[in-house]
Amino acid sequence: MSGNGSKAANTIKVDVLARVEGEGALLVRFKGNRVEEVKLKIPEPPRLFESFLRGRHASEAPDITARICGICPVAYQMSAVHAIERIVGVKPDPMVRLLRRLLYCGEYIESHALHVYMLHAPDFLGYQDVIEMARDHRTAVEDALRLKKIGNNLMSILGGREIHPVAVALGGFYRVPSKREMGAIVEDLKWALEASIKTVKLVASFPMPEFEQDYEFVAVSHPDEYPLNEGRIVSNKGLDIDAAEYEDRFFEQHVKHANALHSQLRERGSYMVGPLARFNLHFAKLTPAARQAASDAGLNVPCLNPFKSIVVRAVELVFACEEALRLIAGYEPPPAPRAEFDYRAGTGHAATEAPRGLLYHRYIIDEHGIITGVKIVAPTSQNQKRIEDDLWRFVPQLAGQPIDRMTWACEQAIRNYDPCISCATHFLKLEIRKD
Amino acid sequence: MSSNTKKKPKIAVFKFASCDGCQLSLLDAEEELLDVVGAVDLAYFPEASRNMAKGPYDIGLVEGSITTHHDAEQIQHIRRQCRMLVTIGACATAGGIQALRNWKDVNEFVRYVYASPDYIHTLKMSTPVAEHVPVDFELRGCPINKLQLVELVAATIAGRRPNIPTYSVCLECKRRGNVCIAVAQGAVCVGPLTQAGCGAICPAFGRGCYGCYGPMETPNATSLADWFEQTGKSNAEIVRTFRLFNAWSWQFRQVSEERERK
Repeated sequence: MSGNGSKAANTIKVDVLARVEGEGALLVRFKGNRVEEVKLKIPEPPRLFESFLRGRHASEAPDITARICGICPVAYQMSAVHAIERIVGVKPDPMVRLLRRLLYCGEYIESHALHVYMLHAPDFLGYQDVIEMARDHRTAVEDALRLKKIGNNLMSILGGREIHPVAVALGGFYRVPSKREMGAIVEDLKWALEASIKTVKLVASFPMPEFEQDYEFVAVSHPDEYPLNEGRIVSNKGLDIDAAEYEDRFFEQHVKHANALHSQLRERGSYMVGPLARFNLHFAKLTPAARQAASDAGLNVPCLNPFKSIVVRAVELVFACEEALRLIAGYEPPPAPRAEFDYRAGTGHAATEAPRGLLYHRYIIDEHGIITGVKIVAPTSQNQKRIEDDLWRFVPQLAGQPIDRMTWACEQAIRNYDPCISCATHFLKLEIRKD
Repeated sequence: MSSNTKKKPKIAVFKFASCDGCQLSLLDAEEELLDVVGAVDLAYFPEASRNMAKGPYDIGLVEGSITTHHDAEQIQHIRRQCRMLVTIGACATAGGIQALRNWKDVNEFVRYVYASPDYIHTLKMSTPVAEHVPVDFELRGCPINKLQLVELVAATIAGRRPNIPTYSVCLECKRRGNVCIAVAQGAVCVGPLTQAGCGAICPAFGRGCYGCYGPMETPNATSLADWFEQTGKSNAEIVRTFRLFNAWSWQFRQVSEERERK
């Protein structure tokens, strides 16, 4: 329970890694500048969602899987509805499709504002937390809170509440908003767009560690949209598959030190999902103001420095606000909130883009809609191996620094991935040993 | 997030098996956050800060259910460290959705998810905090209502009882002007048994309440289950209805087990 524990001459032990969602730990052993061991530990207790979903009704999947993560419940709801809709063959109304994309924009604004300002920025500026940061940067923090609130409000208009929204249903929504309800948030979103552009400028001015890697970036790909809900799964190294082929190309390894499974590409190893992957693969599909903000900030494709993910997240904030405004302008309430359909037996797969990366779901259901098989691969389990690989290469760069500086730098490197350990399972404990 | 002022109450936030959503509610109270932070010393809140002050604490907020031996020991330690212990949300208060394992074989559950089940150490049951240590107050909801959390903290600082109603969601529906969807549309709605606090969101969004705030004070669950049966619901459906985020609360557990035996 104590935060920073014993500190021997050449050992640092931090029991709980702060400012990530869930519970995790890190162990790094090194001699001189040679790293001998890196273990990202995930002691978060398993909750066994895939097991207890068997026997539940398919219509309950969006409500139940939302509870995997309080930060990105919409991602779980979206991957679930798309996978199951592929089985029953329902095609949602174009306006339902628009509303789902809009709901995702709300989640991006809320989640990215949280991570950029409250979880990650304090690392770059040398504060323990956002409250300490607020003493010197009160206006920026107040703007951040307002930005986050606007994301939450958008989710509440569409979903009833921001954490575990209630409106998402198979085939559409339980209820859709009126044009007037939607109009009420337009002025706020215009403010949020400006605030996001300011955010890009602010975080681009942060001191960035020099560190680049040859990543395989994996993201959903849609022919003409920046990916959120739909598309194939592609990478910068030639991967191009349907979600149904995901389990043929990716495998999960169960390692002893983590209650989250390590996902890897067959014969290729670790890969990265998340903002950097989406940005590098789909820069051209970003909205105009987002592209402009990126180039003003000197952010080029490909961006291979994971510390710059904070800038990319800010660019995606610009995108989410601008896209939300575009979607609202084109909204007409659909004739029915959701499409009717009959259940039939089958297997369905879907991948959507959670704020922290690709989220894969597979369901098997019977002819009554009862779930008989489930597979869920969360973004953080996909990035986990990649985080370890980054640390293998990053720690030697830190050689010679005091151990508490090294520890903090490692934490910052982990937070580049906005790890959600509740999703992957639970959180990080940090321990660096120098032999 | 420590502060120099000695008099401010020290608050700690602990996490067990959960989704993080309830502690996120504290950060989601955007308008109130900086005021709350001004009034208290957030001494231990790892989700938000690298500063982690040692106990004892005045108020301990606990999210999540107990599912491992380690956590069962931790909660004892935490209880000793906290003058007032408050559970936040359905996991800490009722065992959460992961308590669905309590009716099944957890070993089979582990084998289904993990390739090497030997690496996994988990208990057969997911249990609420109150099954392990005395709890001073239980804040309901999946997730909790952030305004109720702010009220709880404010009341504790003022030394008064928090104003958290224990009546059912039905009253919130009436106040909101919702047409009763159980009567008008025959929807399966557990609102009549469920404690208020959410603001009757689900009925306002055209669907029955699914009970995420758990049982109200003195619910008559058996009677509502009979009503579901009369309106043509199967026993399997009725069992599923009561086995969600508060499945292990005794009132919901009792009726789901009665129905399972039928």
